[in-house]
Amino acid sequence: MNQHSLKKSQEFSQLKILLPILIPIILFSLLPLGRGIYLGFTDYTLGSSIKFNGFENYFQLFKDHYFWKSFQVGIVWTIAVSLGQLILGMVLALLLHSRIKFFSIYSVLIVIPWAMPPIIRGIVWRQIYDPDSGILNSVLMHLNMIAHPINWLSSFEHVIPAVIVAGIWGGVPQTTIFLLAGLKSISSDIYDAAKIDGAGLWAEFSRITLPLLKPTLAAVICLNILWNFNSFGLVYVLTQGGPGGMTRLPMLAAYEEAFRYGYVGYAAAIGNVMIIFLSIILYFYLRIQFKEQVK
Amino acid sequence: MMLSVRSVKQFIVKGLSQIIVLILLIYLVFPFIWLLSISFKSTPEIVTGGLQIIPKNFYFDHYRSIINDSNLIQSVLNSLQVSILSMTITLLIALPAAYSLVRYKTKIKNAVLGWILASQIFPAILIIIPLYMVLRYLHLTDSILGLTMVYVVWELPFVLWMLYGYIKNIPLELEEAAFIDGATKLQYVYRILFPVILPAIGATAIFAFIISWNEFLFALVLMKNPENITLPVQLSRFTGMEGQARIGLLAAASCLATIPSLVLFTFLIKGFKSGLSSGSVKF
Repeated sequence: MNQHSLKKSQEFSQLKILLPILIPIILFSLLPLGRGIYLGFTDYTLGSSIKFNGFENYFQLFKDHYFWKSFQVGIVWTIAVSLGQLILGMVLALLLHSRIKFFSIYSVLIVIPWAMPPIIRGIVWRQIYDPDSGILNSVLMHLNMIAHPINWLSSFEHVIPAVIVAGIWGGVPQTTIFLLAGLKSISSDIYDAAKIDGAGLWAEFSRITLPLLKPTLAAVICLNILWNFNSFGLVYVLTQGGPGGMTRLPMLAAYEEAFRYGYVGYAAAIGNVMIIFLSIILYFYLRIQFKEQVK
Repeated sequence: MMLSVRSVKQFIVKGLSQIIVLILLIYLVFPFIWLLSISFKSTPEIVTGGLQIIPKNFYFDHYRSIINDSNLIQSVLNSLQVSILSMTITLLIALPAAYSLVRYKTKIKNAVLGWILASQIFPAILIIIPLYMVLRYLHLTDSILGLTMVYVVWELPFVLWMLYGYIKNIPLELEEAAFIDGATKLQYVYRILFPVILPAIGATAIFAFIISWNEFLFALVLMKNPENITLPVQLSRFTGMEGQARIGLLAAASCLATIPSLVLFTFLIKGFKSGLSSGSVKF
């Protein structure tokens, strides 16, 4: 058998094994996705017929103040939340990795936010931020840091930080666990060698941990950015995008366009713009990862 | 006894580490404790607010009314059904698939790996309406089975990627020995590979379960019949108009909804400590 036909027969037998995943993937992912992308180039509204209208939606998006605003909110949210998750996750992972006492108890406790469905995360934080019965106001007033209760989720000034704090909280466990797995895969021999050379903690971190953790870090940062930019449940429950669109993330904007106003075509167009934006992020991630492999 | 500068320094570093971890833990754990606390308070006590973390008198009525709330119970059963079914189906079909992705380096492999990566950037909103149309075509709208299939595909990227990482570390000899003994590929995958990587499959199963247990948007849009809705959607209905009046009940139900994932995660961490999930998280 020559090389070519060997490859062909391999492909065929692989196709047979992959069929059980390929059929659902095509039916419930690729087909709807292709259709969804197409809908972004139509004027489809719920209940009406579908008509192709080229780039009309995108010209409208370009002029749509609410769309720009939601994208801007989305970017601020994504950067702040991903950065917070990264810093806190890194600190926790490093400390937990350093043979700290009570490691087992800590590692179970830190996953609690992860175990809560996003809806419940929203419910909890709404309760914490509640202007009348929320614990945050009670604590701050008790400490005399504020004189009057603050309405965290409906004040223009406080809503963004408030939502971001809740957003970071939900993603720290995942980030920590992933980074911890990355740290574990670094051989301890390297650290022992560094200790003999008399390297301090900072030198150890910046010369060994950070460079060896780079592939894991890149993956974690990239995934966090994708997930945070696409997030929906938490903010949907916390603020529903309010007050005045201050926290209307792109997903919430698209959801409203589609299911509140029925502008499915327009919502799909928002989705398409989101894909382009996230593809750029993914591209940079792959480039970093690829360079790493070439090394 | 003389304390060396080195051991004093070490003592300070250790103490400082504990303090930082504790501060972060308060941030991470407190919201759940607060939720637990309100679930045991009477509605007037909740509405008054205050700093009381341990309720003055433990109040169990919220938990009692959950048992009497047939809609809530139904939604829990629906969630369990969808999560367990989709987890099982996903693992069964992903295991041979992941094996073949590791062993055959073909164009199809690259296509599937590309899909795994790309699926992370699709906003769900883009898929959801066409998905509804596909389900309608298959007569699977508003049905547990339909949602299950959607979740299977939603879990697949993560599950495939995890299994791919684990199987890559299995030595080739294991498989060669099996084939010499006359096993077919599927026999090898389910009878030999499966038990060998069982702990890893356990970890993957937990993630798969939690993905569908937590999912909200698809369930919100695709399930309309009140008999079919899942727990997160049912809970989100409580947050609407009735609001504060039923916050105690909502908190109690939320605590219960968190327990399955929490128990599973505890298992996962136990396994994590023994090193089974130390596989890489790279693509």
